[in-house]
Amino acid sequence: MSASVTIRVQPENFDVGTEWAALAGRIDGCTGAIAVFMGLVRDVAGDGSDVLELEHYPGMTERTIGEIVVRAKERWQLDDVLVIHRVGALLPRDPIVLVMVSSSHRAEAFAACEFIMDFLKTDAVFWKNESSSKGSRWVEATLGDRERQQEWDQDDLASRGR
Amino acid sequence: MTTVLFFAQLRERLGCERIDLELDEPLGFDVFMARLANELDVDAIRELQAENIRIAINQTLLEHPVEVVPGDEIAFLPPVTGG
Repeated sequence: MSASVTIRVQPENFDVGTEWAALAGRIDGCTGAIAVFMGLVRDVAGDGSDVLELEHYPGMTERTIGEIVVRAKERWQLDDVLVIHRVGALLPRDPIVLVMVSSSHRAEAFAACEFIMDFLKTDAVFWKNESSSKGSRWVEATLGDRERQQEWDQDDLASRGR
Repeated sequence: MTTVLFFAQLRERLGCERIDLELDEPLGFDVFMARLANELDVDAIRELQAENIRIAINQTLLEHPVEVVPGDEIAFLPPVTGG
């Protein structure tokens, strides 16, 4: 089958079922696994007052996601990759990101899905602003996210050394 | 027209999302920053030069930008927090 890559950055919500049906329509008998990750907005303040505002850099954001997907496709044999990332004002429990990866085998699909999410955190051009009854702040990049991303690079080095 | 863009907390602190500059010729990046300093206050320039601010020219990240050509789009990006 021909590999397909879909990247969308949008304020609108997405429907997993619709995206699933679209992907299912593209797969053939070679696909044995589809990994799906959906990220949701958490209720950080705990009182439902949170608004998460996502800012992006139109054009560059899509480009940086595309570069992440290219790296994933270089690492694993993937059939189909879909990344949808929302922008604008979101509320607790709102879906924020969807990654769907299909491959012949589950190991590749799981790994690529996780890889794409880890790099979306560190390399895709988005900024989160959290506001609630407790005030407003720009979310800071976490060391944990950076470490997860770097572990993939160390994997690369280790596998080249073998 | 050369466009300079500021995002997220940088945009808020500078109180400005975009500055348009008329450049007549390519400028070394240091000269470009000096030119930009004419449009911003001292604190703002210090913010742009912070270690964690990344610079993209024409939507490509550059570790060490060398030159700005008339028509370029220069963006100053705070640490990203997507996903």
